[in-house]
Amino acid sequence: MTPPNFDLWVYLAASPLLWLTLTIGTFLAAQWVAKRSGYHPVVNPVLITIVVIVPVLRLTNTGYDTYFDGAQFIHFILGPATVAPAVPLYRSRQLVKAKALPIPASPAVGAPFAMLSATGIAILLGAAPAIVLALVPKSVTAGIAVGIAGQIGGEPALTAVLVIATGILGAVIVTPLMNALKITDYAARGFAAGLTSHGIGTARAFRVNSVAGTFAGLAMALNGLATAFLAPLIFGFFS
Amino acid sequence: MLFGLFILLACQLVGEIIARGSGLPIPGPVIGIVLLFALLALRGWRRGAASAETGPVAKSADGLLANLGLVFIPAGVGISQHYQLIFDNGSAPVAALIVSTVLTLIVTVAVFRFVSRLLPAKETQP
Repeated sequence: MTPPNFDLWVYLAASPLLWLTLTIGTFLAAQWVAKRSGYHPVVNPVLITIVVIVPVLRLTNTGYDTYFDGAQFIHFILGPATVAPAVPLYRSRQLVKAKALPIPASPAVGAPFAMLSATGIAILLGAAPAIVLALVPKSVTAGIAVGIAGQIGGEPALTAVLVIATGILGAVIVTPLMNALKITDYAARGFAAGLTSHGIGTARAFRVNSVAGTFAGLAMALNGLATAFLAPLIFGFFS
Repeated sequence: MLFGLFILLACQLVGEIIARGSGLPIPGPVIGIVLLFALLALRGWRRGAASAETGPVAKSADGLLANLGLVFIPAGVGISQHYQLIFDNGSAPVAALIVSTVLTLIVTVAVFRFVSRLLPAKETQP
């Protein structure tokens, strides 16, 4: 006879409810820790949540598919969350108008640079083609990047992981880097964060300053657009 | 709240339909952003900017953006499946990610600042 709490675990471990609740709860706790740290750049809520959940799945022998059955409800919100930056953009329309020149110029350079620098370094260091192709849209927000990867023959799931890693890296690095470079223009700082590190960089930028967040959201959309155009032109011959 | 969420989803849906229907390589959510901005501008024009900036759509969008990091976690947890492939390739993927991320931040901010300075002095500094 199995003990009743074992039956309960068997039910919970396979139910979407447990993993959905755990994800939201861990993220809320991580946000609380980030706030307590004074939003220190290294105390990144996305990073903390992943670092907590991955070992929990390991220890409980839970497969990613089972986890994703619950987490997919959050994953789905990637789409509307990519549309939402239109609101802060509308609020800052005067400032955006004042930056009418750098706004198209930066992704025109930054988007190809993000792709070519990542793939160039990977090729030089002898990475497998699967890794190189998955790196192409690494700076683009997850929902858009997965589509681009599919078009050029990269593996979508691997791309998603590299996209999230790029997001966390940029979100952690951007504040100390921009401070070291003595850049005080928060529109420029935010734009770099959003272009390089999509939504995770945008989340970080909103924590620093609402102008930075607005420009990050705009850069996230423009980099999605630029990469969707350029990636098939530059890397399409692989597929 | 529900109405705001509906508008966000509707903008994304119409964006996807236009993107897939036209066959252009424009991502659906990018069209969705343009559509939502146009809707806000329309509401602002008819009922004043304050109405568009604080209405139900703005509230839903603010709620999403305040917790934006959350939506990336399910995909990020996927690292548990792929770390083997990543580490089988030695230092290449990790080095590419770190170096490219730092350089892209620097190049983007440099272009943004450089082109901003080309504009006349009227530039509004936040």
